[in-house]
Amino acid sequence: MNTSTTPITTKPDGSTSPAARALADTWTITLRDLQHWRHMLGTRIFNWVWPIILMTLFLGLMGGALGYALGGSYLNFVMPGVLAMTVFLGLEGTMAAVSQDSSRGVTDRFRSLPMSGIAVVGGRCIADLLDSLVSLTVVFGAGLIFGWRPDTTGAEALAVLGLLLLLRVAMLWTGIFVGLKAPTPESLGPINMLVWPILFFSSVFVDTATMPRWLGTIADANPLSATATTVRELLGAPMTGGETWFAEHASTFAVVWPGLLIAIFLPLAVSTYRHLRS
Amino acid sequence: MQDIETAISLEGVQKSYGGAKGTLVLDNLDLQVARGSVHGMLGPNGAGKTTAVRIMTTLLAPDAGRVVVAGADAVHESGRVRSRIGLVGQYAAVDEALSGRQNLVMFARLNRYRPASATRRADELLERFGLGEAADRQVKTYSGGMRRRVDLAAGLVTAPDVLFVDEPTTGLDPGVRQDVWTAIRELVREGTTVLLTTQYLEEADQLADRISMLGRGRVVAEGSPSQLKATVGDDWLEVTPESEADWPLFRQKLSKWSSGEVSLVDGVIRVPLANRSSSMIGATAALHEATLPVRDLALRTPSLDEVFVQISGQTALETHHHITPETAGKDTK
Ligand SMILES: Nc1ncnc2c1ncn2[C@@H]1O[C@H](COP(=O)(O)OP(=O)(O)OP(=O)(O)O)[C@@H](O)[C@H]1O
Ligand SMILES: [Mg+2]
Repeated sequence: MNTSTTPITTKPDGSTSPAARALADTWTITLRDLQHWRHMLGTRIFNWVWPIILMTLFLGLMGGALGYALGGSYLNFVMPGVLAMTVFLGLEGTMAAVSQDSSRGVTDRFRSLPMSGIAVVGGRCIADLLDSLVSLTVVFGAGLIFGWRPDTTGAEALAVLGLLLLLRVAMLWTGIFVGLKAPTPESLGPINMLVWPILFFSSVFVDTATMPRWLGTIADANPLSATATTVRELLGAPMTGGETWFAEHASTFAVVWPGLLIAIFLPLAVSTYRHLRS
Repeated sequence: MQDIETAISLEGVQKSYGGAKGTLVLDNLDLQVARGSVHGMLGPNGAGKTTAVRIMTTLLAPDAGRVVVAGADAVHESGRVRSRIGLVGQYAAVDEALSGRQNLVMFARLNRYRPASATRRADELLERFGLGEAADRQVKTYSGGMRRRVDLAAGLVTAPDVLFVDEPTTGLDPGVRQDVWTAIRELVREGTTVLLTTQYLEEADQLADRISMLGRGRVVAEGSPSQLKATVGDDWLEVTPESEADWPLFRQKLSKWSSGEVSLVDGVIRVPLANRSSSMIGATAALHEATLPVRDLALRTPSLDEVFVQISGQTALETHHHITPETAGKDTK
């Protein structure tokens, strides 16, 4: 017995209570995800600015033409849509981060640790929600600089934030599930491509009433449109003539669609994470 | 614990990928590992080593069979198994975007260290694995060997009851390999049971008390390193004559020194030797005296590879100890 080599000098000294550990572990994972921001600051900043770039593009491209049609400014019309788009695009970040971890074996290592089971997904949720809050703030600020003046009350503004975060949570669980299922981060390519038709066949950038009737109906049924249209109402944006059943019930769907996505993907994601791969 | 002396017990473990009709990867695998020992699982690419490790570490469910690790059932009590094991997988599983230090602090936190102790533990590990200088650089800027060291350090934050190491030193330079071996031996002294997989015989020979040879998903041989070598039998001399026409002459001269049947296969004469050095010297001297033209002469020791080839019929690397008739002749003086 060689006593000069004692590899373990500092011993674990944390709490063993499951609740305390769940909290501590969730915080550890959140911190780890936030540390990524610092190490990949360029990517993060680009992600925060990307919605503004898209918005500016559309302002230049369609602002003039659509401004007349709307009897107001395109900026006031598009800003609520851009806020909805911002949380929607968070899906890509969640999918990428989750699939990166699971393909690199990091998720497996977490799973083989005696850590709290909810911490890995819990930490991801907190970090991604923080990320979206920053994103939304950036977009909101840019809108104000561009001359956007939302017409809203405090309660309405809170409702807007609630709806946006609800959609983000739906994207989060969808993203966690898809990310865990993806064999490699590269395999997400086709799914990322799907983001664009969903984005363009929605009321984010254009008035669905100007689309052919069949396309307008599809666009109105898009969960992204439900949130965009409802946020538009709450922020006093020039309203458009969505006459379809989906458009008339946009505010209901702004809650129902994300709720449905969460009801589907949260249990799927949790069981994919928990259960062994076969 | 039903059996306090058994750290790992696998009985009739079956696993196939891609459903019941898929490829059978583990075929009725049995394995018993005694507490406090180092068990080597040796096998060529695709033998099923990683699959077996993933099952034992609760990451993969077996299709059939019983898996008990550190006294708990890996399928039904996976939480208990996880709290008692450590895993260092075949591929580096650390967060490449974080620095080495941040990784180790994180893994220490997840192993129940408080923040201050986690920092201290991370420093100890960085020091020990010679990562002090690179500690604050992102892991993605590390060389392969440094990555492996962070990975091992992350697996060794606490001394687990049972540590699984999947190919610990693949791709490492000899110096680092020694460090890794030392780290593993130290853990064993602390009472940790180690199961390691490897493709290197030397590694299994150096570290393992017992070795299981895995071939196509089942254990094809098991024993201590010396027992395994003994199953293959004697050393032998390989003589390649210039001309196969001389074969009767060769046989006549060599059979005196041989411990078994002298045989000719593909132009190479195989002479089993019971008494390694003296028989070899005698045999080569006899050839020298008879001035029989020899193209090549080699002394062969059965290596674990040969055990492998012999038992499973699969090919593995071969080790040759070459000698020339001249040096053999000199040895007689
Ligand atoms: N996820 C998977 N899906 C399908 N087949 C797989 C999967 N993982 C492994 N296999 C197959 O199972 C067999 C055993 O693989 P395994 O990784 O266990 O081998 P190994 O002994 O660890 O090999 P190596 O020395 O190359 O690491 C191989 O034929 C491999 O192709
Ligand atoms: Mg392997």
